[in-house]
Amino acid sequence: MKHVTEFRDPALAKFLLADIARLCDQIGATREKPVHIMEICGGHTHAIFRFGLDKLVHEGIEFIHGPGCPVCVLPMSRVDECIEIAEREGVIFTTFGDAMRVPGARGSLMQAKARGADIRMVYSPLDALEIARRNPDREVVFFGLGFETTTPSTAFAIQAAAREGLFNFSVFCNHITVPEPIRALLGDPHMTLDGFIGPGHVSMVIGTHPYDFIAQEFGKPIVVAGFEPIDLLQSVVMVLRQVAEGRAEVENQYARVVPEHGNPASMAAIADVYERRPSFEWRGLGEIDASGLRIRPDYAAFDAEAKFGVGYGAAGPRHVPEPEGCACGAVMTGRIKPTACPQYGLGCTPETPLGALMVSSEGACAAYWQYGGARGAAA
Amino acid sequence: MALRDSHVTMAHGGGGRAMRDLIAEVFTAVFQPPGMEDQARLMDAALQEPGARLAFTTDGYVVSPMEFPGGDIGKLAVCGTINDLVVGGARPLWLSAGFIIEEGTEIALLRRIVASMAREAEAAGVRIVTGDTKVVERGAADGVFVTTCGVGVIAPGCDLGARHIRAGDAIIVNGSLGDHGAVIMAARGEFALETELTSDCAALHRIMHAALAAAPDLRAARDCTRGGIASALNELATEAGLGMVLEEAQVPLRAQVRGLCEILGLDPLYLANEGRLVLFVPEEQAQGVLTAMHALPEGAGAAVIGHVVAAHPGQVRMHGSLGGSRIVDMLIGDQLPRIC
Repeated sequence: MKHVTEFRDPALAKFLLADIARLCDQIGATREKPVHIMEICGGHTHAIFRFGLDKLVHEGIEFIHGPGCPVCVLPMSRVDECIEIAEREGVIFTTFGDAMRVPGARGSLMQAKARGADIRMVYSPLDALEIARRNPDREVVFFGLGFETTTPSTAFAIQAAAREGLFNFSVFCNHITVPEPIRALLGDPHMTLDGFIGPGHVSMVIGTHPYDFIAQEFGKPIVVAGFEPIDLLQSVVMVLRQVAEGRAEVENQYARVVPEHGNPASMAAIADVYERRPSFEWRGLGEIDASGLRIRPDYAAFDAEAKFGVGYGAAGPRHVPEPEGCACGAVMTGRIKPTACPQYGLGCTPETPLGALMVSSEGACAAYWQYGGARGAAA
Repeated sequence: MALRDSHVTMAHGGGGRAMRDLIAEVFTAVFQPPGMEDQARLMDAALQEPGARLAFTTDGYVVSPMEFPGGDIGKLAVCGTINDLVVGGARPLWLSAGFIIEEGTEIALLRRIVASMAREAEAAGVRIVTGDTKVVERGAADGVFVTTCGVGVIAPGCDLGARHIRAGDAIIVNGSLGDHGAVIMAARGEFALETELTSDCAALHRIMHAALAAAPDLRAARDCTRGGIASALNELATEAGLGMVLEEAQVPLRAQVRGLCEILGLDPLYLANEGRLVLFVPEEQAQGVLTAMHALPEGAGAAVIGHVVAAHPGQVRMHGSLGGSRIVDMLIGDQLPRIC
């Protein structure tokens, strides 16, 4: 904890907040004309609300909550496909806990589990691998989900399965990448973003260069940041400084963890196991070119899509329309705040979520609800 | 010693000699209930006082793993039911114990669980007076499930409850929060995390007695079990129709619990406790309660963590150390299954 508390130091926070206020005044940012900063990652969204940073910063800062919550952007069709696989005879379906309650058109994995499917929560794909070793007569499927942060661990699990000849193990791959949706957002003519806070743990794997296009092609500043309050406040200062000085660069606030060129071993494992899909559907955002990964043909034996003939491995993925009234897409692109969604708190609550943003603790709606953006400003 | 088996078989639930031997040797020999009849017939002088009330409670225990640092399912089952009684102001007197035992359970484990129940009951001056055992096929239960019921007596004039809570009251806990939940998480070995934490599992009769003596106007008490302190406070805020404000810097948390929560993305306010209670005390009596609690080992870490307010009724908020404030809502879903 020694290394956590120093990133929560109230005196340092006060100092940075003063810096932010000074820069806002210098830029002329006000409540009416705020600087829009998108924190791409759901982990950042959660931290902002948990520590009340949105209320502590100068009113000229508006955080726009980005699409970096893998559970939130998972299309309903993929949840349905999970259930389809999980309900097959002899299958043990393993998943991270956060995916259990995401609603598909046919309910959630939790509901499928209650109906009798053998669905088990695990904390790592290596746990799923262990289940496969212990149950040689069962098909063990791991729900591969997440950005570049979790992709290496499923790649390592598949490599290990291949080495061991563990052919009853497979991965239902839904891995996605961060830079592509940001490119899609920046390409939107209605986009009003002034700068980005980039997910530090993603850059721990991929480094900072995949974000170069944000600065070079679109002229927007991005600061790769850690997850503690001091990290976030400092990265806001760094974004504002760039705005004030008319610069657009990729800066690294999280240099204590993030090497400029990422982690070569993880990158090699990803390149060995995965290739890009031509396109992948994002809930609320639609199909985005080259934004998803699939398992290479060399490892087809471990690809649940191929093994069970579902999703992109079948005739093609079905598109399942969003539930009526669900505005997850508009929230995710920053067009509206969670509280502006007509279903927020009425048809959609954390107990009975309509959209995925209300399910994951990293979803903007769940964060609003949990930390009080929901029912009026906290005192 | 008629019982020779090392593991429980279906025969131990069959109603014949094997069952009789199991019950006699493993259970009644240790618990020594008064008389050998199935039904306990009891008397206590406190019950005859005019105005005295009977308190009655029940709770089932299914914790996995059954043994963990700082306790086991038996200790949990006795302490949990005692605590249910004492937070209502009752002096616990008698417990019942029902066991659902999975075929194949080690009899040595059963003996350890029973010994730990007897030890906790004796320490709290409570008797286990009646019980039941059932054996189910392998897979129909997971090890041993225990249900305890408890009966106690509330002295005349003692009336605790959420409706007595007033704005301005101090909110006090008796020690660091979330230890039990963190221990269970680590003990399951799913995270490959090792800690030196022990569960806070403890009977709270002494601490409650001390608090009542120190604060004659103690308003209400609640044990913070499943759902953690956050859930207990939310329930009480709703029942009392008042708001509560916690000070993050004053909430007692062990560094290891804090660290575990950071790593796993959990909120310690929602982690289970098995030996923690929250008290509502008029501000002017808070210091006296703290002093009384600090004199007992199970109250050594007692602290005022916040206050009751008239604003935002039904809602619990927490002032962060950075200056922000956030809502501490009820737990949604499950942080972790089977913690108690």
